[in-house]
Amino acid sequence: MSIIKARQLVHEYIRRDEEGNVESIDTALDHIDLDVSEGQFIAVLGHNGSGKSTLAKHINALLTPTEGTLWVDGKDVSEEENIFPVRQTAGMVFQNPDNQIIASVVEEDVAFGPENIGVPTDEIWARVAESLSAVGMVKYRQHSPNKLSGGQKQRIAIAGVLAMQPKCIVLDEPTAMLDPNGRREVIRTAHELNKKKGVTIILITHYMEEVVNADKVYVMDKGKIVLKGTPREIFSQVDKLKQYRLDVPQMTILAHLLRQSGIRIPLGILTRQELLEAILNIC
Amino acid sequence: MLREITLGQYYQAESVIHKLDPRVKLSGTLIYIVSLFCVKGIAGLAVATAFLFLVIKISKVPFRFMVKGLKAILILMLITGVFNLFLTPGEPLVRFWIFKITAEGIKNALIMIIRLSYLILGTSIMTLTTTPNQLTDGMEKALTPLGKIGVPVHAVAMMMSIALRFIPILIEETDKIMKAQMARGADFESGNLLKRVKNMIPLLVPLFISAFRRADDLAMAMEARCYHGGSGRTKMKPLHYEKRDGFSYLFLLLYFSLVILCRIWLPWPQ
Amino acid sequence: MSIILDKVNYVYSADTSDRIQALKDINLELKDGQFIGVIGHTGSGKSTLVQHLNGLMKATSGAIYFNGRDIYEEDYNLRELRSKVGLVFQYPEHQLFETTIFDDVSFGPKNQNLSKEEAGLRAFEALRSVGLPEELYYQSPFDLSGGQKRRVAIAGVLAMRPEVLILDEPTAGLDPAGRDEILDLVARMHKERGITVILVSHSMEDVAKYVERIIVMNQGSVMLDGTPRDVFAHYRELEVVGLAAPQVTYLMHELREHGIMVDTGATTIEEARATLLEALMGLDAGRRDIYLEGNHA
Repeated sequence: MSIIKARQLVHEYIRRDEEGNVESIDTALDHIDLDVSEGQFIAVLGHNGSGKSTLAKHINALLTPTEGTLWVDGKDVSEEENIFPVRQTAGMVFQNPDNQIIASVVEEDVAFGPENIGVPTDEIWARVAESLSAVGMVKYRQHSPNKLSGGQKQRIAIAGVLAMQPKCIVLDEPTAMLDPNGRREVIRTAHELNKKKGVTIILITHYMEEVVNADKVYVMDKGKIVLKGTPREIFSQVDKLKQYRLDVPQMTILAHLLRQSGIRIPLGILTRQELLEAILNIC
Repeated sequence: MLREITLGQYYQAESVIHKLDPRVKLSGTLIYIVSLFCVKGIAGLAVATAFLFLVIKISKVPFRFMVKGLKAILILMLITGVFNLFLTPGEPLVRFWIFKITAEGIKNALIMIIRLSYLILGTSIMTLTTTPNQLTDGMEKALTPLGKIGVPVHAVAMMMSIALRFIPILIEETDKIMKAQMARGADFESGNLLKRVKNMIPLLVPLFISAFRRADDLAMAMEARCYHGGSGRTKMKPLHYEKRDGFSYLFLLLYFSLVILCRIWLPWPQ
Repeated sequence: MSIILDKVNYVYSADTSDRIQALKDINLELKDGQFIGVIGHTGSGKSTLVQHLNGLMKATSGAIYFNGRDIYEEDYNLRELRSKVGLVFQYPEHQLFETTIFDDVSFGPKNQNLSKEEAGLRAFEALRSVGLPEELYYQSPFDLSGGQKRRVAIAGVLAMRPEVLILDEPTAGLDPAGRDEILDLVARMHKERGITVILVSHSMEDVAKYVERIIVMNQGSVMLDGTPRDVFAHYRELEVVGLAAPQVTYLMHELREHGIMVDTGATTIEEARATLLEALMGLDAGRRDIYLEGNHA
């Protein structure tokens, strides 16, 4: 069953002048169709301004479609009464780690979501403990978020979402402001949740290395989905990705260059191991 | 430079005072302040002093931390003292030029200084033994009845706790922007007042923009986590009274009655 | 002419329990005209280091000489130093404040007490060199895209005509195309103006492609200092401290272990390609056509 289904989704940002006349219309989503099955790890790639964040905000009912329909777990996000159930089903982690932590103590921040949806006190404690251990941050539960690293803050944000027991987590460029260590921490955590807890993950990013292990990759440009497929299928189209202002893992580029020079390297090399084997194969 | 400013002056220790419900500490502080203005006579003062030092002892906060708070209002205390000293009418003891010092003046000045320092010490006990978050929680819960007459108690408490979280972040940000503008030759230190204010623009504009952007982001993140005001909300750490809180209220009542009794029966000297 | 650091130490909150030594005995000579990368992860001291170079932070002990003069001398003009050693902070777009882009970029030159005309001239020159379309000059900087804002912020420092340009993580938060544009811009500055450029980054790949010298910072000390080739030869040591050499370096070493004679010093994709082609093409001529596709044979 698909947990997220979009049909002909359109979102327009309309700018008006002081008299309320339409000044300009910016189409951020242009007839998007999307199907995500439960338990999948999906990556959405796109350069800044490609519409990927707008899409993410629809899945959490923070924005509603101008046209078309989006269902999250069978619920239409445009219906007023579905807003809170949808937000509970599809949690969201944002880019800036500082601007999404509300409380001054880690465990109280994780409790914020469950408190909002009226979970009884005893169960809040259980959920907080479970969520913190799922992201490996139990020993920081009494700490102030200000003293944590960027990667740790993002893991707290993930725990905060997890405590609402969502079926799906949307991560909107969670690593854009982190250093390489923090990036690895966050991506590893997302994969673990996907594998161990079966949470559907939608990872929005522009770092190619992060999507190598996704089940399916969507590439967005100018509000449209322009490519979709497995990471291997996507990364075999090096020239197209360049055209969409994206880049490709270093090993894929090297394989591509070698192939252009006439060396028989198979298409769709993603990792160093694969390239090593391919080169050893032809020797 | 700005890093050194710490907000809230919580002193971590294991004591009964630390464990008390913040509502007890809030009302305790209030009662103590009121009692200071009811005190009359040496006996009452002795009771107030004994109470204060007993609580400080129990709280396990070193006395020097308490005195820190006094330094900040030293000037205020001196001015109040001097005013009382010279401007209280009565029989002059000493007289020079246009000034005269009266016995009442000395007494008033002393009492004012003692009251002010006890007031500061009493409040410090609360702030030193209660985290800002507990205080906010306590205030929210204590003021809940006001919600019925339309006071947005929950919203105010939420704003206070968010402010507590973001003040250190914004202080750090101020530091960063200041340095960045100094790298472009900005000068925040010299010039007259008007010039200095004008020189602050390159700091204040980016700071406000950043604060608004953060507020925007945070509002969205809160909405995404199903925040919809105080109704239907549960709490991870709900406040409820323990036995020790009951005893503390009793103790407070006892103290206050004693002060009042001293005022009625032993108001000596005036 | 150069910047010389002599036994520079910096200690945060020296007399408290959370004393942190952010810089430990740093000795460096940063020569004129070099393109230098400073690498290290968060907390390694790299940002602290660069803030010492223009006198924004003052060393707890040690000395720094700019063009032969001790910058801690009493009558040394630090404001002048800051205009000669331009520092672009992380997320520099967060310091834009003027109503027009042009005014914002003029802020630096105006602080140098230049005439209005001269300041304007320098602002124009800086905006042109970061490649911002002229029709935007008199618009609000806040309406620009992220990448454009960053260019304006960089222009704000360039307009002071610094002799040394330091950029702290200039590509943070940009998408791949934006990142390449900024790095190419920086490389062009270095080439055209002949100024010293110091690029602070945690991306080995970015740095390897552009710089001629890499300084690796770890726990407040200089851990490695040399050409990319020299530094990445220590890829195992880098790994231990949580940094990594570019993927290419690893591949070259692994191939070498399997007996393929590639140059293990290759650090960029282009270098890797060259050495791989040489190694693979140089194989037994009889089998060579197997590897080559028809049109190339």
